[in-house]
Amino acid sequence: MKSSFLAGGGLMISFSWLPELALANDTIAPEGWAELTGYIKISPDNTIKIINPNPEFGQNLMTSLPMIVAEELDVDWKNVIVEMGPHDNVKLGPQFTGGSNSVRMYWKPLRDAGAAARQMLMQAAAETWNVPLEEVTTKEGMVIHEKSGKSGKYGDFATKASGLPIPKGVKLKDVKNFKIVRHSKKNVEGSKIVTGKPLFGLDYTHEGMLIAMIHHPPGFGMKFTSFDASEALKMPGIKDVFSIKLYEDGYEQAGFDTRSFNDLLVVVGKTTWDVMNARKKLVVKWEPAGDTKDYAGGRNGKREVIVPGELETTSTQLEKMQEYAKKPAQQLRKDGDPEAAFKNAAQIIERTYNAPFLAHNCMEPINFFAHVTSEKALMVGPQQGPGWSEPSLSKLLNLPADKIEIQMTRMGGGFGRRAYGHSHFEAALISKKVNAPIKLVYTREDDMTYGIYRPMYTATYRAALDANKNLIGFHVKGGGIPEHAIHANRFPAGAVDNYLAEGWSIPSNITIGAFRAPRSNFNAAAEQSFLDELAEIMGKDPIEFRLELLKRAKEKPVGKNNEYDADRYAGVLNLIKEKSGWGKPENKKYHRGVAAYFCHNSYAAHVVDMVVKNGKPYVERVISAMDCGIVVNPDAAANMVQGAVIDGIGNAFYGKLSHKDGVPEQNNFNRYRMIRHSEAPKKVEVYFVENDIDPTGLGEPPFPPVFGAVANALYKSTNKRHYNQPFLGEPLQLNNTNKKTF
Amino acid sequence: MINLNINQKNYELDVDPDMPLLWVLRDVLGLVGTKYGCGVAQCGACTVHLNGDAVRSCVTKASRAVGKKVVTIEGLSENGDHPLQKAWLEVDVPQCGYCQTGQIMSAAVLLRENKNPTDEDIERSMEGNLCRCGTYLRIHKAIQLAAEMQRNG
Repeated sequence: MKSSFLAGGGLMISFSWLPELALANDTIAPEGWAELTGYIKISPDNTIKIINPNPEFGQNLMTSLPMIVAEELDVDWKNVIVEMGPHDNVKLGPQFTGGSNSVRMYWKPLRDAGAAARQMLMQAAAETWNVPLEEVTTKEGMVIHEKSGKSGKYGDFATKASGLPIPKGVKLKDVKNFKIVRHSKKNVEGSKIVTGKPLFGLDYTHEGMLIAMIHHPPGFGMKFTSFDASEALKMPGIKDVFSIKLYEDGYEQAGFDTRSFNDLLVVVGKTTWDVMNARKKLVVKWEPAGDTKDYAGGRNGKREVIVPGELETTSTQLEKMQEYAKKPAQQLRKDGDPEAAFKNAAQIIERTYNAPFLAHNCMEPINFFAHVTSEKALMVGPQQGPGWSEPSLSKLLNLPADKIEIQMTRMGGGFGRRAYGHSHFEAALISKKVNAPIKLVYTREDDMTYGIYRPMYTATYRAALDANKNLIGFHVKGGGIPEHAIHANRFPAGAVDNYLAEGWSIPSNITIGAFRAPRSNFNAAAEQSFLDELAEIMGKDPIEFRLELLKRAKEKPVGKNNEYDADRYAGVLNLIKEKSGWGKPENKKYHRGVAAYFCHNSYAAHVVDMVVKNGKPYVERVISAMDCGIVVNPDAAANMVQGAVIDGIGNAFYGKLSHKDGVPEQNNFNRYRMIRHSEAPKKVEVYFVENDIDPTGLGEPPFPPVFGAVANALYKSTNKRHYNQPFLGEPLQLNNTNKKTF
Repeated sequence: MINLNINQKNYELDVDPDMPLLWVLRDVLGLVGTKYGCGVAQCGACTVHLNGDAVRSCVTKASRAVGKKVVTIEGLSENGDHPLQKAWLEVDVPQCGYCQTGQIMSAAVLLRENKNPTDEDIERSMEGNLCRCGTYLRIHKAIQLAAEMQRNG
């Protein structure tokens, strides 16, 4: 916690995440706003402005994070207005939206901020009234001294309060007494959204702004050798056509500096339409880039990475994965003696699962505004982690970080895609080159073919059963392009005596990155399908089978570092069992599939109820059970779970990004199939386990088990197990052995 | 020069008549409530009304709108109080929110022509509007609520 006096009145206080650093922002609160902590401003008329630290891409944190502050501050939610904060990691914390971390990371700091500010207001009133602080209390934006009958608005004391030192360790409310948190509040930006106000990066405009587009190579592993822009330059509205190099040779890439292509052709013009048209007139020669060198940064220092130059094709990638799957792999975890268990098994069940690359397909295509001069840079746009792109911008522009102002717009979807900074850097370098404010716009085709995709995955699961059909050994070996998805310490690790997890990967020039619940989104499909099939072979109910394993994991856990809490895991399964009427005759009309998964510190289970509609499998109803601790904004949380379910069904049924000679075969929604209105379930019932555990993640955890539940319902519906995604449409074709091999 | 009537205002614009209405609205007039999503009439984010019909403005040339009335989300209601807008807030539909103006514009045509739409009517009318966040359930519910609000005046 830091505090410092400022000239001109008032005290700025901040809960610093970097306690030894000075305040980054020493501006004075405007228009009579008194600032109490970096998150709260109070006006004389008692309007409470709460600053949301984290960029919003649909999780509703513009509403839910300020609710946490308002709760401890003790204000009437009706008097609260919310403002998106500036990028300021010292004052406002990590400001990263991703990894289902926002509520979890900010829970304590925001409660502390609200409670400290409330205490300061009480102290200011106590001093004004000359009464002991202990006798002062608050009620919904009012400070009250009952004994003397005195009361006043927070606004009356805010200026005085802002001059007080920040109290430390102020007692927080008992969670049982919450009046705002745990009570549904409407999206604070709802009205702006439904009336079409300029909220998004693509809506941003600036005086003298030009539009820029990048013409990137048509395929991964390609580069341009020459280009002729003479016709493009003659097109109306066109200002310039040139090439830029994103990273100079030897540039050390930070974790989120991932980029697909380094040499980029740029067209800059007046309007989007002008630039789109001029691009068509470019004459470009492309060729395979061959193997290239990248330099990755990180904890272990600068590391050379060879990016293979092969122009990849999906069928070849599949063959290669099969080949690699047979090779020895890296051991990730071993408990007991799995080799002996499989050797002595009466029955071995082996199944292989495959899934393709997926494109994020955020509804708002990638874009970013930049205005770079020799002294400073203004960057505005959709991004999940401004704190990660700032150091890279500083290096690339050769500007000190404090000369780079980053503003966060609402994002038309993120799903991991906007954690990557390349579009910010591209925009900045283009602005610098043309010496003008520019907005870089990706067309949908650019967005889909310049992907930081969900990787392509495979995993082979094996189970060893004894003569009495007891599970005596479990083995998973997973691989992928360019990474595997295995979480070795997750369920059913800890529940089986003899356990082995292995992983391998194949390098590729196809760029990959975080995609809603990275790795988990494949694991939950494969593992949960396998457990379902296993339960059937063992003659057990799929929920009871999981509960038995969890009981074992709780009572006599195998091995160390089990990531999950077996009780909470069982909790969502018990809740889904109850709420779905599992095994009840009235649900016989459905082909039902169940799955559960743990990730991002939360637990999720779904029952998918499938029917046949127009001759095709259709998920008519889904029942979901979640344990994410305290639910801050219940209706908004339910919305997010419903969305994750629908997104999951869509991706499980249709999601696929394939390649031919490096070129993505899908470049727009006419080829990339997304779930549509009539394919969404009629009903998604969402239930939360009620407990007082500090909140954990919610944006990601409900997503992965949808894939498994859908696969298991499809089996009931079609009498056929589905091992290859996408399940409908054109699944990946692989010679899937799926049989006992020894 | 082309003359366009947008949200009951006349504009004389010096633009390429082939420029899609979407870019006229967004880049020339600053009416950014109409969104760019795909450019090929596959996602519905750019839906506007042309003489009362829902059209995808990304594939509608500006010249096609000459002599017709264009309504965008900015002109759907005077104070953002169209039954659909009210219902959208009541049901708290949006997640990221990007596709929602297009969804509302598609739904508005349905509700004008069909005061009592069935589930199938809603599905058919809304099939062209994509939502990656998966808010379809709530969109459906909000349309039903708006229809009810409209019927009850």
